Amino acid sequence: MNITLNNRPESFDKNQITISELLKIKNFTFKMLVIKVNSELVKKDSYDNSLVKDGDNVTVLHLISGG
Amino acid sequence: MTFEEIKSRLKNYTVGIAGAGGLGSNCAVALARVGVGKIVISDFDVVNESNLNRQYFFRDQLGEKKVIALKNTIKRIDPEIDIVEYDIKLNENNIVDIYKDCKIIVEAFDLAEMKQMLIETCLTEFPEKPIIIGSGMAGYGESNSINVRQSENLYICGDEKSEVSDDTPPLAPRVGVVANMQANTVLEILLGME
Repeated sequence: MNITLNNRPESFDKNQITISELLKIKNFTFKMLVIKVNSELVKKDSYDNSLVKDGDNVTVLHLISGG
Repeated sequence: MTFEEIKSRLKNYTVGIAGAGGLGSNCAVALARVGVGKIVISDFDVVNESNLNRQYFFRDQLGEKKVIALKNTIKRIDPEIDIVEYDIKLNENNIVDIYKDCKIIVEAFDLAEMKQMLIETCLTEFPEKPIIIGSGMAGYGESNSINVRQSENLYICGDEKSEVSDDTPPLAPRVGVVANMQANTVLEILLGME
């Protein structure tokens, strides 16, 4: 499948993956993230069961301490 | 627009700020100086010596509640501005009541967990409200790495990478850049509304 991740095209072998799998494959190591799939917020407690499919537009935002 | 036109338009708006530390205190002062009519601000902390390297407080305010000290400072700039302050630790529940009447919400927390909590709460409860967050501003230099990124109603100000540590503390210049960038984004949105 092909998706857009933070405005860049990405390809994966599988037809769908969970958000948790996506984060692992793409090495997102920051703990505090905000994730949107096609403009809809995916809350942190549903990363394991929320699916990313072909054509999805995924935004992953790192939140960094300091202020 | 002349400054008088800008000020007369901003006077009708309410802006919410979540946190009165480095980001919140500087952003609030910038918004007050240009004439935003009403500012709702929350923080549970008191002014500490360690805050004075970047936060808009003064030595004679040490020990005061941050929201009270900030309100007093803003009143010295413009007594006409309506400041609604909450001496409270924000959470998923009280955010909704405190900020429901704000046109825009500025995220001005220190900790990433709090930033995440506020964003998830606001995107769920107030999907139509613009949220301006600050993320990544530790250390000094690299001014050009700080920018604004928009994802629908979410605006991210900062370099999105520099984390606070013993060797990269938060300091007045870069925290101030991000706080004022947040204030600038607020103006851009408010003045673009009809």
